[in-house]
Amino acid sequence: MNSNTLQDLEATALRVREHIIRMSTDGGCFTGASLSATDLVVYLYKQFLKIDQSTLNDPNRDYLFLSKGHDVPALYGTFVELGWMPAERLANHLSTNDSVYWHPNVKIPGIEFHSGSLGHLPSVALGVALDCKIGGSPNKVVCILGDGELNEGSVWEAVLVANAYKLDNLLFVVDRNFFQANMPTEELIPLEPLADKFAAFGAAVKRVDGHNFTALENALSEFPFESGKLNVLIADTRRGKGLPSIEARADRWFCNFTHDEVDALIGELHGQHKATIESETLVVR
Amino acid sequence: MTYEDLLTQTALADDRVVVMTAENRALVRNMPQNLGNRFIDTGITEQCMIGAAAGLALRGRTPVVHALAAFLSMRAFEFIRTDVGIGNLPVKLSSFVPGFLSDGNGPTHQAIEDVALMRGIPHMQVFCPADEQDLLQMLPTIWASPAPSYVRITTRPATYQHKQPFEIGCAEVVSMGSDITLLVYGMLFEQALIAADILRHAGYSVGLVNMRSLKPIDEHTILDVCLSSDLVVTIEDHFLTGGLYSIVAETLLKYRKTANVHPIALKGKWYKPGRLNEVLEHEGFTGAQMAHTIQTEMIENLAD
Repeated sequence: MNSNTLQDLEATALRVREHIIRMSTDGGCFTGASLSATDLVVYLYKQFLKIDQSTLNDPNRDYLFLSKGHDVPALYGTFVELGWMPAERLANHLSTNDSVYWHPNVKIPGIEFHSGSLGHLPSVALGVALDCKIGGSPNKVVCILGDGELNEGSVWEAVLVANAYKLDNLLFVVDRNFFQANMPTEELIPLEPLADKFAAFGAAVKRVDGHNFTALENALSEFPFESGKLNVLIADTRRGKGLPSIEARADRWFCNFTHDEVDALIGELHGQHKATIESETLVVR
Repeated sequence: MTYEDLLTQTALADDRVVVMTAENRALVRNMPQNLGNRFIDTGITEQCMIGAAAGLALRGRTPVVHALAAFLSMRAFEFIRTDVGIGNLPVKLSSFVPGFLSDGNGPTHQAIEDVALMRGIPHMQVFCPADEQDLLQMLPTIWASPAPSYVRITTRPATYQHKQPFEIGCAEVVSMGSDITLLVYGMLFEQALIAADILRHAGYSVGLVNMRSLKPIDEHTILDVCLSSDLVVTIEDHFLTGGLYSIVAETLLKYRKTANVHPIALKGKWYKPGRLNEVLEHEGFTGAQMAHTIQTEMIENLAD
């Protein structure tokens, strides 16, 4: 990856993080969850997927399905940066006059399908990938999953079926931040050795640092990973990445900050001193 | 013409149609060689099959999806509600061995709350053909519609020649009667024909309606028979809650009307498994038993 591309990705991801932090007030959003997926989402839309504003509904576009619906602020922020969505709509977050709320919905151009109930979109993405195979379309189909979401049995059904139908045009990306809603994954339902689990189900698996664009580029430069196998990319990430005051904390999944805290966090994002956060985490689930 | 012939013919004429199953191939045994990669068996994964059907529908396909009624309607319920219902996608659910047709399987396989579940989902249409002839008459219209649908499949041979062409939202009025009208759907239509004959021989004026389309429902016919018959009887192999009896009650209340309505339905327990004829007898759903029940109801409740 050349240095201009890398600089552009980093600058875009920084601005997406700003959008997420600004949405983390007046009702809040899933801040910690979204920040862990930010680099993945930015990388996938800007470098990996063949899709732009003119091809959002083109049957020959690539697809991204966000099964881990909590991360949708990372998509909104990316859509703003791509020019698909005016930034003002983010200020309408949670207004019934708009459709920008806590989970993805198809009223936002770029969102392929609604989600929120976990363990659904691996199967929906599988259906799309299967149709691309049946029709001979070369489209890539990506589905982003949370690691906590892997508790759902339907995820594993989809892995088995995708493997049975040799869907090497389908990529499951696991946002592996090691937390589920309230606690670390390994304390509740341990997932490791995760790569081995997917491999045992028949997938071709790679594992990378999900905050390192060069590593993502290297991992995805050869796609499919193996002919005739479902691709699984386990991206190791950190909940709240970019904000040391909330990073890798169980209680910063969902955040509803005061406006002063938001200002302080944006300062922190840009390398100023660490923010002091007094707002309690609102546990929605 | 069988169900499989019709589906094969439809799928070969329209390449949007894909046929899916969660390893329930009884109705679609010959599909793999006829349809090639448009036949998709996901194995015993009702949830994954429904999600994948939604994905296929997003790409413009019309998936006709097969599974045992109990597992399709309940195991995959949230996937149907969330992926197909919220998405309002043209996924066509073929629900096999519903109600009493699961005769010997036992309560795990008894889909007797499926109508209540499915009609609770916005956009979802619900159809219950009486027999194979009725089924084959209904399916082309149902498959051609852009709406998601749930069809209680029955392939039992017809004992009545259905003459009224099928229309979504319309019941088939077999006869009108001023004393008693039987409202029925699905495989019990056959027994309702027998019951109606017995009641006619006992001197009553008897109406009989094959409801066919439970959602959308034929409100006009319900109101018509409720206003023109002394007693209306709803007959269904379904729990009392949420099925036809509930639909009739909701319809009457919506129009501020009342009527004498007697439900024949499963009340609060799963039915005793066995051979179909013996199950009907044991549960009191043969034509003769229902006629007897209805006569008693006429004498006891409508005496004055």
